[in-house]
Amino acid sequence: MLNISNLHVSYGGIRALQGISLNVEEGKIIALLGANGAGKSTTLRTIMGIVKPDQGSIDFEGESLLGLKSFQVVMKGIALVPEGRRVFSNLTVKENLSLGAYTRKDKEKIKADIEEIYELFPRLEERHTQSAGTLSGGEQQMLALGRALMSKPRLLMIDEPSLGLAPVLSQDVLSKLVELNQKRNQTVLLIEQNARAALSIADYAYILETGQIKLEGPASELATNDDVRKTYLGIH
Amino acid sequence: MKLKRNTILTFIALLVIVVLLFFAEKSLNPYYRRILNLCAIYSIFSVTFNLIFGYTGQFSLGHAGFAAIGAYVAALLTLSPAQKAVNFFLKPIISPLANVELPFLLALIVGGLITAILSMLIAWPALRLHGDYLAIATLGFSEIIRSLMVNMQSLTNGALGLKGIPGYTNLFWSWGCLAVCVFIIKRLVDSSYGRAISAVRDDEVAAEALGVNLFKHKMMAFGVSSFFVGVAGGLMANLISTIDPKVFLFTLTYQIVGVTVMGGMGSLTGSVISASLYTIFLEALRPLESQFTIGSLTVPGIPGMRMVIFSVLLLLVILFSRKGLMGNNEFSWDGLFRLFNRLRSKKGDGSTGGDEA
Repeated sequence: MLNISNLHVSYGGIRALQGISLNVEEGKIIALLGANGAGKSTTLRTIMGIVKPDQGSIDFEGESLLGLKSFQVVMKGIALVPEGRRVFSNLTVKENLSLGAYTRKDKEKIKADIEEIYELFPRLEERHTQSAGTLSGGEQQMLALGRALMSKPRLLMIDEPSLGLAPVLSQDVLSKLVELNQKRNQTVLLIEQNARAALSIADYAYILETGQIKLEGPASELATNDDVRKTYLGIH
Repeated sequence: MKLKRNTILTFIALLVIVVLLFFAEKSLNPYYRRILNLCAIYSIFSVTFNLIFGYTGQFSLGHAGFAAIGAYVAALLTLSPAQKAVNFFLKPIISPLANVELPFLLALIVGGLITAILSMLIAWPALRLHGDYLAIATLGFSEIIRSLMVNMQSLTNGALGLKGIPGYTNLFWSWGCLAVCVFIIKRLVDSSYGRAISAVRDDEVAAEALGVNLFKHKMMAFGVSSFFVGVAGGLMANLISTIDPKVFLFTLTYQIVGVTVMGGMGSLTGSVISASLYTIFLEALRPLESQFTIGSLTVPGIPGMRMVIFSVLLLLVILFSRKGLMGNNEFSWDGLFRLFNRLRSKKGDGSTGGDEA
């Protein structure tokens, strides 16, 4: 579905990505793991068209995404839940959700979809007239996820959902992703620092280190790999 | 049922306002009429600034420059050819303009359109900037416009300014334009487009990640806003009948910013109320600047005293109601009834007025 090959990106003289290739298959949860500064966010930013690559290609369902602006990438069917949630704090929960459907025109269907999001996250329905800034961190993450789903994305990219959340809450978010994947066959590209949690739900994973893909494989295999266990899972 | 009640009330309120304006136009003396006209003009300035800053979050300080464009265009288009010949005695006016004389409505619209086009040309590069940088850039552009007006002798008559502009502006024109302006901007911010520009204000990156075309939305807000600034500039030119570049110093922009903040970011009602209060207060405080006596004490007139008092008022508003007079609430009949009910249940008696449709 999403094919990235030999992607090079640099900021000024600093080479952030040095030829990474990855492949997101339809209906799978793919995890992209790595420590701070490994290039996870740069990869996302490049897919979204915020950063221009020096070299390489990004194809989504056979079409190149290079040269497209963010809003055009969204129209192709990719949604991003940005790092740190970034809900619109002065707008209500409902307005946040409607904005998620900004690229769609089918008004009736949008209403039904908001109801569906409320079913998925009942907490959001309880607070639908509240401004998003007053929600707790976990609720904001749910809202950010719901908002991204409102564009009916074929590919959902989610950046560090567990950032700043209590472990129980981040487990909640991840289990929602699994639910979405199983019930709706939602394809997910999950970017995480928390390797243990990510590997527990992903089908396939890539491990980034200083701009290169160091390891890749089915998540269950990586979880038992000695190197991974030592470096990322803290098991000696 | 409720909706119907509100429509009827709105209709009645509009009718009352029109009748009041009619009487004001007929029987008030010119000085009070002028204040009322200025209330409407400043309200347009403030409402449009609210659209750019309060709703879209773009801190643009170009209002004085944009108002100048609208004012000059409308003035040049409504001046009679004979009056133009009198005005331009240093250097004759460039040829096609010398003989043009348009009806007021057309002149206002052309003024608004030219302002919108020029401001969007400025916004095109400037809107890549954010926050303070955008403010500095637009402030610079505003000053460039003003100094161009001082120096383009054969187009604007330079520092001599334009005199004898026909006084077409009356209460119906000014309040009518304000009504149209508020109506259009209100419809705009309530649409999905309005939600998108609020999203841009809250978080540009997140808005873009949802598929909002940042540039297009900012440009639209800028264009609509500066169109009405241009119209208000034209109204002002045809009200005060003499304009020169000094009318449009950057202090005008700061007044507009102050008025809008006092009214409340994101409240059109607040902008109208605050702009009207500001205009009326500035005139009402005028006696403070001339010599007056309290009992046996004689206070010498201090020029600029009313600005000091205005600043103190502004400080008090910001101190005690940090979001301005109205916060981001709008006037609505439901809100008014709720207020009445609350007052009645407290056994108190109070009345509040709102004049927005």
